[in-house]
Amino acid sequence: MKAGVARFWREIPQRYNFIGNKCGTCERVFFPPRESCPYCRRKSIGNMKEIKLAGKGEVVTYTVIHVGPEDFEEQTPYPIAIIKLEEGPQITAQIVDCPLDEVKIGLKVESTFRKIQQDGHTGAIYYGYKFKKQRQ
Amino acid sequence: MPLVGFTMEQIGIVSYGAHIPRYRIKAEVIAAVWGKDGQAISRGLGIFEKSVPSVDQDTATISVEAIRAALKRCTLNPTDIGAIYVGSESHPYAVKPTGTIVGEAIGATPDLMVADYEFACKAGTAAIQTCFGLVKAGMIDYGVAIGADTSQAAPGDALEYSASAGGAAFIIGRTNVIATINHTLSYTTDTPDFWRRAEMKYPSHGGRFTGEPAYFKHITNCATNLMTKAGTKPQDYTYAIFHQPNGKFPVNVAKKLGFTIDQVKQGLMVPYIGNTYSGASMIGLASVLDVAKPGDRIFMTSYGSGAGSDGFDMTVTNNITRLSRQKAPTIAQLVADKEYVDYGTYAKMTNLLFWE
Ligand SMILES: [Zn+2]
Repeated sequence: MKAGVARFWREIPQRYNFIGNKCGTCERVFFPPRESCPYCRRKSIGNMKEIKLAGKGEVVTYTVIHVGPEDFEEQTPYPIAIIKLEEGPQITAQIVDCPLDEVKIGLKVESTFRKIQQDGHTGAIYYGYKFKKQRQ
Repeated sequence: MPLVGFTMEQIGIVSYGAHIPRYRIKAEVIAAVWGKDGQAISRGLGIFEKSVPSVDQDTATISVEAIRAALKRCTLNPTDIGAIYVGSESHPYAVKPTGTIVGEAIGATPDLMVADYEFACKAGTAAIQTCFGLVKAGMIDYGVAIGADTSQAAPGDALEYSASAGGAAFIIGRTNVIATINHTLSYTTDTPDFWRRAEMKYPSHGGRFTGEPAYFKHITNCATNLMTKAGTKPQDYTYAIFHQPNGKFPVNVAKKLGFTIDQVKQGLMVPYIGNTYSGASMIGLASVLDVAKPGDRIFMTSYGSGAGSDGFDMTVTNNITRLSRQKAPTIAQLVADKEYVDYGTYAKMTNLLFWE
């Protein structure tokens, strides 16, 4: 067992649907969602609103993985990027369906629903977002 | 096509979407591995290349991408969806419905009916019939029917040239209907032409038995019964879509029934993407809806081994001009967006090298 079924299950709203939240005081958006706003602290408590992010953004920086961890060996070489989402938060995610020489800083990307990992051939399958080039 | 005297209840397709993985392998590349004449095989099957799923794609991910495309084209709120039925012969889990993953991924849960269907290549069209019935009965406002597969064939098997991946999703309802389903019926028998036992990775088939007593008999009877019920003739239709396990069968069955190649070609995608099984006739229907105009009449007959056919008589309405079709890729765009892989990469991507 890796991260475990329970943890993946709890994270389904983020992994499937980009559910983050927004501070009602300073309007900053957080993904994954936070209990309180680190800028407004006490003022934000009870004032955090759930929002669905669009799952679109652009590549801030990236690297190409040549020696992948378990479950990802079959996909090497593949790009992992830090993506700045349209709403502000930055996340790390895999870029798929894109030739390596087309991955670059500033590339506009959008989310796609993929298998992230699985507990071997008998365990649970975990799904979530990866990113691909934005459709023109 | 005159819509005069049209008194049928206006239940039908509200929106549609599809997904085809972007990797392809050419039939001649597969043939070369087995020392066969690739061009002869391509000609014989009417298949030039087939889609290949990435290691991170399966029937659940293809289904989610297809229904998300359908939702992009319309303004439907996912919480108004009352049912999701996913038809496939390659559900990722033997026990744990694909529909639950799809429902969660589009925000349609938890007030939702869900079940997975299995009827070889016609499980998706069976899902359309279920949604149609539930809408007609007033039990739901909108239902989602999906047909998707990541089909596998044993290395070296004749089916290796065709078994591919893809899927399409249709939202069925009675508001903003872009194509009414005027009539639907099925033709079903117990015919062991193709099967896969529960514990097996690859299917078995009855060789030549798959043609005449299976595919042709069921499609011909279903199509004929449907035209009798609808009071129509082949010439009444703008487009006709038939299940497409290869490029030859659908063209031959169309001719036999009295349809022309011009009626069939818009919905014939198998030469470019292979046989997407539960996705096959539904991707054909999506391709037709990409270009359909108000008044066009559409005929569709699926086929699932085992065996059965589902027939649909549909009429495109004026609402199709208001659907934002451009908000999701057309089948032509999905077919054109591709990258070729060699046999080794294909074997790795589809896990051909793993067995227990
Ligand atoms: Zn704040």
